[in-house]
Amino acid sequence: MNHFLTEEQQMIRDTAREIAVKKIKPVALEYDEKNVFPWEIQKVIADAGLFGVYIEQTYGGMIDPAESKGIMNLVIAVEELSKACGGISLCLAATALGTIPIALFGNEQQKQKYLPDLASGKKVAAFGLTEAGAGSDAGSIQTTARKDGAFYILNGTKQWITNGHEAETYSIVAITDKSKGARGASAFILEKGMHGFTFGKKEDKMGIRASSTYELVFEDCKVPAANLLGKEGQGFVVAMKTFDMSRPGVAAQALGIAAGALDDAVEYARTRQQFGKPIVANQGLRFLLADMSIKVETARAIVYAVARSIDSGDLKCAKESAVAKCYASDVAMAVTTDAVQVFGGYGYMKEYPMEKRMRDAKITQIYEGTNQIQRDVIGLQLVKESASE
Amino acid sequence: MNIVVCIKQVPDTTNVRINPETKTLMREGVESIINPFDCYALEEGVRLKERHGGKVTVVTMGPPQAETALREAVSLGADEAILVSDRAFAGSDTLATSYALAQAIRKVGAYDVILCGKQAIDGDTAQVGPGIAVHLGIPQITYVRKIEKVEGHLLRAERLTEEGYDVIEVKLPCMLTVVKEINEPRIASLKGKMAAKKAVVQKWTAETIGADTTRVGLDGSPTLVVEIFTPPPRPGGKMLHGEPPRIAAEAIADLRKMKVL
Repeated sequence: MNHFLTEEQQMIRDTAREIAVKKIKPVALEYDEKNVFPWEIQKVIADAGLFGVYIEQTYGGMIDPAESKGIMNLVIAVEELSKACGGISLCLAATALGTIPIALFGNEQQKQKYLPDLASGKKVAAFGLTEAGAGSDAGSIQTTARKDGAFYILNGTKQWITNGHEAETYSIVAITDKSKGARGASAFILEKGMHGFTFGKKEDKMGIRASSTYELVFEDCKVPAANLLGKEGQGFVVAMKTFDMSRPGVAAQALGIAAGALDDAVEYARTRQQFGKPIVANQGLRFLLADMSIKVETARAIVYAVARSIDSGDLKCAKESAVAKCYASDVAMAVTTDAVQVFGGYGYMKEYPMEKRMRDAKITQIYEGTNQIQRDVIGLQLVKESASE
Repeated sequence: MNIVVCIKQVPDTTNVRINPETKTLMREGVESIINPFDCYALEEGVRLKERHGGKVTVVTMGPPQAETALREAVSLGADEAILVSDRAFAGSDTLATSYALAQAIRKVGAYDVILCGKQAIDGDTAQVGPGIAVHLGIPQITYVRKIEKVEGHLLRAERLTEEGYDVIEVKLPCMLTVVKEINEPRIASLKGKMAAKKAVVQKWTAETIGADTTRVGLDGSPTLVVEIFTPPPRPGGKMLHGEPPRIAAEAIADLRKMKVL
């Protein structure tokens, strides 16, 4: 099917696909078992130029901001990489999450200082909002940033930070004025090694185990005032605008996990013999594969549509963006569960790549806004749209 | 350092079948790729350039569609691409091909290292690389698994053998054929692919390279293909069962019958 990709996007797809097949697939199970960050693969992705697909040419990336925001580029890359491993693809997707705040809200000096190394993949980035007591309820974060001369002094602990420890550039949200509630949060660019910035526990996760997930600990962490992103009080605006742009990336990760599972399931069904014939000869099984395909294709349609809408400059698609993230991740869970079923006993074994996909898929329903939060966003937006008519 | 890499466009033999009647390769619908061994040569050439500076010129002899292989080579790091193509070359065997490529390389001019894959996966002759070296009158090392160093006018490399490896030193310029153990080819970057799209592929004819037309094509090719056939599958062996003395006696009887003993 013609997805109307530009020539550049076809190059991105082919490049990411080649990396997925040649470099990621052979090591995906090993990284899953070892639970370590895939530096070897990160370097291949960086050398291929994929870290720059959503960053402006001025800062070493690929896009002309007058033409595109690069989100479709990112979606294509993440989808292809995730077909082979939904954990390894996160070194790119989570870097995008940590980079987009700088691309959107950074001033010229900040962009020049941080974006080139992120576009080249020399460094990876991370985004820090979540805390132990502030997940869906992001407004209740406790990490504080107190202005002290030319610095902000940060105190608190961020939790479940993807690319934590491995990243050298962090976009962090902290409270600068508690009395102002949600308007009292601010965003900062932090660098690994800043005084008072250390790492807490490394998480042992169910899935996406080739990604590193850490606690970030700030103890009187001194951040230069020049590293404030946007203005004081804009912290949640930074976070929400970032999520509007990054949600299609998570959706693409889910889509890739589902599409990879479907591809393998079809191949297995064609070759697995039972009762003297391939199991795909059974219509019941073909119907199952067909339903999986219907889900994958419809997920792809909404994910691509939202990414293209954002690229066109129409950022008023929070509802559709939520639909894409919610739907694609529900599809990923359903399709990987069915793919395990197609593989039967083999699907349940760690020696085969299916049970891992099911574990990897689960997180996409949870992070970057649980699917319940997404539905809440969608529902509230529906009410708002109806009331304003 | 000026590096020349010779590549060949070949059918992707993982999908190739032989027509049982005509006994020729069934090329229809088969994708063309850069001969895999040449990809290792190209990667090594690009790495030499990255270490020592200079440029990589990639050369192929083939039909006009071989241009796609050259563009792919540019995407993988080659700086210049030359397609040596002429009807006069049709039917060239390894001698004629190595002569034509040597002529083309002469025209490229100053070169320090010529790199080739150890053999092409369609013909498997492993003769073109060595042929080029002989035509140019330069030293060669075949089956190179590692280039240890290039210093001044000397190059030292390890040649893979069945028992281990030899360490050989040659004077530049030289020709090397490489084995797959030498490196792991990179994946073409987006930047490389953009460059490949814009690259100018030079097209050289027999005249451009000053080739003696009696030395190329069918006339210049002493090799004659008499027949191509798929060897019949080997018949299954005979399993001997029982106690060792009985097996030995039976084996000896069989071998005598076959007149081996």
